[in-house]
Amino acid sequence: MRIHRVLAGVLTAMLPCFAPAQQDTLKEIERYRQLLQDGNPAELYEARGEELWKRGRGPKNASLERCDLGLGPGVVKGAYVRLPRYFADTDRVQDLESRLVTCMVTLQGFTTEEAKRNPFSGTGVPMLTTDPFSGVGQRSVMTDLVAWIASESRGMKIAPSMSHPKERLAYQAGENLFYYRAGPYDFGCVTCHGEEGKRIRLQNLPRMANAKDAQRAFGTWPGYRVSEGELRSMQWRMWECVRQMRFPELEFASDASIALITYLAKKAEGGTLDAPAIKR
Amino acid sequence: MQPKTILVLALCGIWVAGCATRPSDSEAERAAARMLKTSFKSRGQATIDRLNQDEVQALCSKYKGEPPEDVRQKIEKSQQAALRYPVSGKMMGDWREGQRIAQSGAGRQFTDDPARPAGGSCYNCHQLAPQELSFGTIGPSLYQFGKLRGSSEAIQKYAYGKIYNSEAFSACSNMPRLGHNGVLTEEQITHLVALLLDPDSPVNK
Repeated sequence: MRIHRVLAGVLTAMLPCFAPAQQDTLKEIERYRQLLQDGNPAELYEARGEELWKRGRGPKNASLERCDLGLGPGVVKGAYVRLPRYFADTDRVQDLESRLVTCMVTLQGFTTEEAKRNPFSGTGVPMLTTDPFSGVGQRSVMTDLVAWIASESRGMKIAPSMSHPKERLAYQAGENLFYYRAGPYDFGCVTCHGEEGKRIRLQNLPRMANAKDAQRAFGTWPGYRVSEGELRSMQWRMWECVRQMRFPELEFASDASIALITYLAKKAEGGTLDAPAIKR
Repeated sequence: MQPKTILVLALCGIWVAGCATRPSDSEAERAAARMLKTSFKSRGQATIDRLNQDEVQALCSKYKGEPPEDVRQKIEKSQQAALRYPVSGKMMGDWREGQRIAQSGAGRQFTDDPARPAGGSCYNCHQLAPQELSFGTIGPSLYQFGKLRGSSEAIQKYAYGKIYNSEAFSACSNMPRLGHNGVLTEEQITHLVALLLDPDSPVNK
């Protein structure tokens, strides 16, 4: 009892220290984030991605140089900031990753299943080593391509197309999904991204309805995640959030994933792409 | 077909019909509903049926977390009626256990071992013991929760109920219904109540 009382006394005396300690922690994290900006391993992914774009692959031994990312066959510069968008040949709204699946199938002759396999590179954290999408030290062609293609839009304004009815429908469906709560934790995207200036533990959370927050969040994916030692794409970001929401697995390049990305891209409209970024 | 299969099919039919006939269904809502059916797959414990909403989830989604007053009252009333307190009447457990449960953010993800007990994820969103600097801010600070309120039976019951089912007190709260949804056991919740209310708990120092 006496020890408790002494402890209580000490703790009470220390109370004024806690608030500054909290601020110091946040300041240190901010400093750490700034230090990270010095060297970004994403460059390695970008270099591999460019090489993969030009190299003949698949049953047809073809390159992706005739892949239409929305600005015409082979145009990569500025394509990423205009996605997702509607494509007449597939009659679908597609983000970069689902569009790359299409090109791998039509140009290179892969099956859809092959093109979708291993979309995320990874050390397996927090994914399992048995995960079909990752493996220890396993590289991902998709991730490398995404890194390079996004880098070709660096510094450009985020401007997703909203002229086609299906683009508007994808946006609205994405908004619907954003507010959809379900599962054993009653979570939805909105649980973490509905209010301004909130955190999970020490991680700041963007409020997606706020243009500035959305621009910063959307504009820094894909990003190299220091904590995972991997470059992560926007599809991965959706997949990982949905996992933490305790939902079933969000399928790679699925319509729901594209709708959510369309919603976020529109919210981030007018922001500057600063990706591939480097993140905590 | 086995009777069980028929029953499941019938229930699915009712569920689908219910969705399709909701008068407010816009094209976008129908598109989203279609996507929910085609874009997810069961994985481990996170099975596809988790996407089916109960009434509270459906209403909170529909009103984007801000239901009108009558809906808010309806939700809180139905969830109050569903509150279950420990039969023993004992609502205060061990705050040390509570601290461990509050720290753990594991549970119910398809990457979690379903055989292991879930944590409460409390620090993800709340400040509790001041020694833990890594706390979230989605929920209010609970530092000195008991010191400010005491630990009377009424407060114990409130704390237990709030953790058990936050929707019974605040409709469309961001906080999971940890007891109602079966994430935490009755005993685990009593430990969290102790973490909040026990005068010896670091939360109240």
